[in-house]
Amino acid sequence: MQDDRQQLEKRTQNPTAECAGLVFGEQAAPQGCSAGGNGRMGCGSGAGRGDLPPEIWEKIRNHPCYSEAAHHHYARMHVAVAPACNIQCNYCNRKYDCANESRPGVVSERLTPEQAAKKALAVACAIPQMTVLGIAGPGDPLANPEKTFKTFGLVAQAAPDIKLCLSTNGLALPEHVNRIKALNVDHVTITVNMVDPEVGAQIYPWVFFRHKRYTGRDAARILSQRQLQGLEMLAERGILCKVNSVMIPGINDEHLVEVNRAVKSRGAFLHNIMPLISAPEHGTVFGLNNQRGPTARELKALQDRCEGEMNMMRHCRQCRADAVGLLGEDRSAEFTTEKVMAAEVRYDVSARRTYQQAVESERMAKAAAKQAELSTCSGKFSDIAIQVAVATKGGGRINEHFGHAKEFQIYEIGTAGVKFVGHRRVDLYCQGGYGEEDVLPVIVRALNDCVAVFVAKIGGCPRDTLQAAGIDPVDRYAHGFIEQSAISYFKDYLEKLERGDIVHVPRGDGAIRQGAYVAA
Amino acid sequence: MAYKIVGSQCTACAACEPECPNNAIREKEGTYLIKSEKCTECIGYFDDPQCVAVCPVDDTCVIDAAYPRYQASA
Ligand code: SF4
Ligand code: SF4
Ligand code: SF4
Repeated sequence: MQDDRQQLEKRTQNPTAECAGLVFGEQAAPQGCSAGGNGRMGCGSGAGRGDLPPEIWEKIRNHPCYSEAAHHHYARMHVAVAPACNIQCNYCNRKYDCANESRPGVVSERLTPEQAAKKALAVACAIPQMTVLGIAGPGDPLANPEKTFKTFGLVAQAAPDIKLCLSTNGLALPEHVNRIKALNVDHVTITVNMVDPEVGAQIYPWVFFRHKRYTGRDAARILSQRQLQGLEMLAERGILCKVNSVMIPGINDEHLVEVNRAVKSRGAFLHNIMPLISAPEHGTVFGLNNQRGPTARELKALQDRCEGEMNMMRHCRQCRADAVGLLGEDRSAEFTTEKVMAAEVRYDVSARRTYQQAVESERMAKAAAKQAELSTCSGKFSDIAIQVAVATKGGGRINEHFGHAKEFQIYEIGTAGVKFVGHRRVDLYCQGGYGEEDVLPVIVRALNDCVAVFVAKIGGCPRDTLQAAGIDPVDRYAHGFIEQSAISYFKDYLEKLERGDIVHVPRGDGAIRQGAYVAA
Repeated sequence: MAYKIVGSQCTACAACEPECPNNAIREKEGTYLIKSEKCTECIGYFDDPQCVAVCPVDDTCVIDAAYPRYQASA
């Protein structure tokens, strides 16, 4: 129950940065904190505070979007108030959410600014973990500036402790930067898929700019120039700016390394590379052309290449834009517009603070446990790194039953430490009509690159299937901290290798599930 | 003298509404409509009809043949 309450998190793209001053060490493991010098902070990479300026650090340390550890404890919600868009992306058909920030194939409820603000307050009262309100699609928030800024204004007035964020394609960004600054918007996400108009022409059929529709390379050139200009303007004003990129194999996959450099040099503090999610039934250009998305290994390889350059964010799970809740949990049914409008909302900051303090102490305990476990394997060294999947409901613990997991968290463990590398969804969304017996193969495919799966509990039948696929089902760490358990497992693994009990075989690739994350 | 919106194709995204220089576009029951007596085909304002240029669905903002083409009163 306690665990249930701690499930936070919720939605989309959330990266992460951990190791706050006081919890330093929680993520201190791999290529992070100690390296420090390159200014990376983490997100999923387990990197540390590095040389981030203190004011930026303060902004991100409890940020469910930017702190991998905070990601387990704090939540973010998005409201959709801005259906219009000023560009067209080949991975979007506009009937659904803006694919840049959430997922194609899913529709979020459109709200008026008043409804959206009231909903945000109602959710914040019921879920003290909710610390960030975002405006995402369908549509581009800055193609609907009045609705977007009105929503922000209403929320800022009633609940000044809630951070505001927005995601944009960047076309209209330069003219709104000052307003964003004036409203004290916490961070902005720009989706940048290219800096080369040749590449852009394959992604954007057109943009609508200054009363004219541009197509082809002209469209891409204008968009790119506006995106980079907007990014520089945000950086000059000290507004956190994250860049999202959609990885489209064969179109911009190689090119994203260049994008990474371009956005880093202009002040983006974090780069999130997301897989293209594409299926014919989404009715998008890419979907209809059978443009495929990347595999888990391709995605990770690209993220790893860019990580040397800057912060990468890996825990984006591409949820739907109006989901409410925490890790793998959607409580939006409790907050329908009807219920919210009927309810009387009293915003209570102190209850929220009490909760948040409890979370801080839990996080410290987790960090200490990990540190202790790490120290027991100091002195060991090996080139081997393994990936494990974890069934969790949140709170950084192994606390989900195998059969109930809608997604698994993937961690990579080596002697350098533990690093979170992503989510792997196994829910049956978009599977329409598939029966229970088809679930297991889906899971095995999704976790194919993992050596083990950590669960709170697992039945006999899935246990056998996993073992047959070479994945070790592990329930001995039930309810333990994830990272501590992972290190302990890895120690055993190395010992068994030394004794010759097992042989290390590199695992194959994992499948990325298509479709939006909807914890149904 | 007017454009019209093919209702069955309109996604009700509202992108066209603020772009119209004549405030000719309104929402009605989940789809958007052009008031033909207000529409000037953007003549006198822009080179291209704005609703056509911004609409995400091709062939949704189209010439309404029921009206003669707009003549700017030059
Ligand atoms: S920016 Fe978002 S809403 Fe606009 S076309 Fe692209 S994905 Fe769709
Ligand atoms: S053509 Fe121009 S004036 Fe007519 S409805 Fe469209 S935007 Fe308005
Ligand atoms: S821009 Fe097109 S789809 Fe959107 S409301 Fe106008 S007519 Fe409908």
